[in-house]
Amino acid sequence: MLLSEVGYARPATLEQALGVLADYPGARALAGGQTLVNVMKARAAAPDVLVDLAAIPELKGIELGSDGTLELGAMVTYSELIASAEARARPILGEVCAQIADVQVRNRGTIGGNVCSSDPTNHLPPLFVALGAELTVAGPGGERTVPAQEFFLGVYLTAAGPGELLTKITVPPGRSDGFASVPIGVDGTCIVNAAASLNGGVRVALGCVGATPVVVEPASRDAENVQGAVRDAGIDPPSDVHASSDYRRHLAGVVAARAVEQAGQGS
Amino acid sequence: MDVVTSQTVSVEVNGTTYEREVEARRLLIHFLRDDLDLTGSHVGCDTGNCGACSVILDGTLVKSCMLLAVQADGAKIETVEGLAQNDELDPLQQAFSDHHALQCGYCTPGMLMSATALLRENPSPSDEEIARAIQGNICRCTGYWNIFKAVKAASGQEVSE
Repeated sequence: MLLSEVGYARPATLEQALGVLADYPGARALAGGQTLVNVMKARAAAPDVLVDLAAIPELKGIELGSDGTLELGAMVTYSELIASAEARARPILGEVCAQIADVQVRNRGTIGGNVCSSDPTNHLPPLFVALGAELTVAGPGGERTVPAQEFFLGVYLTAAGPGELLTKITVPPGRSDGFASVPIGVDGTCIVNAAASLNGGVRVALGCVGATPVVVEPASRDAENVQGAVRDAGIDPPSDVHASSDYRRHLAGVVAARAVEQAGQGS
Repeated sequence: MDVVTSQTVSVEVNGTTYEREVEARRLLIHFLRDDLDLTGSHVGCDTGNCGACSVILDGTLVKSCMLLAVQADGAKIETVEGLAQNDELDPLQQAFSDHHALQCGYCTPGMLMSATALLRENPSPSDEEIARAIQGNICRCTGYWNIFKAVKAASGQEVSE
């Protein structure tokens, strides 16, 4: 497919990248391109300029702090996260990334791209919300930190606004996490998914049921209690060819209970 | 910081260095096929699903329809054309032939590159590892069984017919 004409820049520093984004209001960041390039083929997006983030060292790397805090660069690929010894401090991260698409997509797709595309069916938005991660956003005015729960604002919309870039995702220490989904085929797009974390209470984030991850905090890990909490959350999931709204609501309770059960096994 | 709509791209494909002026909007698959005349890699779905365009870029398996040619500037690329040496099929290609792992052949270049990447990383893969390694490659003819057997045989493992 021939894309529409587009400009291209490959900055070597974060400052240069922010400079191009400031100079060209129609510019978009290009991370792994596993969504954006296809969206451009479909003419669903037509950026004037692509700012390729691949050559910016600050956006790469996985660092494990002495207290178990993980700092993940926005340009870390799924494959890099899966292979990372440091990232095993929070095993759920690699486990979930290994369920995304296929080898080729995991080799190019980035965690920053996954969250910044804010597709409601993506795996990582509910996961980072459940884990209580913090996202660092850099812009012309400097850096700020946004809790994952406040980062996702809508479908394809995040707190990283025009002219800004997600630089890293900070995951606090912890081990008792779970993730469950009903995908379209093995490792396919999720019809519904849920991430759970038991680090200080039971915290569940549901994906695919609204524009952004929905947080549910059941009083206990008991499966019936978790399903009841999901029912009480009053979610109104969309209907599509894969599942009706009612069926998706039912599945949300099921995967939430499964995610909590997995999280319980890790504690 | 310069923004360009075209630039000189230099890549090494199967050991040969090529340099071409390329538009930023050009996908790597079209650069390989149309500019370099390396038509072994195929365009199947052009949406990143089928894997017929798979190539190995700096040692990593990628789908070349989801990459701009300018992103590959400076890279070493391996395509299906690089597998056979001196007109001799490589062991994986020979195994595909021996086990009838292709019918129409359209997916084969991508399958071969995915299997090549797998066997480099994991010379003796389990059944599940083979299945997951070719998950990003769609075949509409074979039902996958013969491809699976060919990959297993090429890894030196016994295959039941």
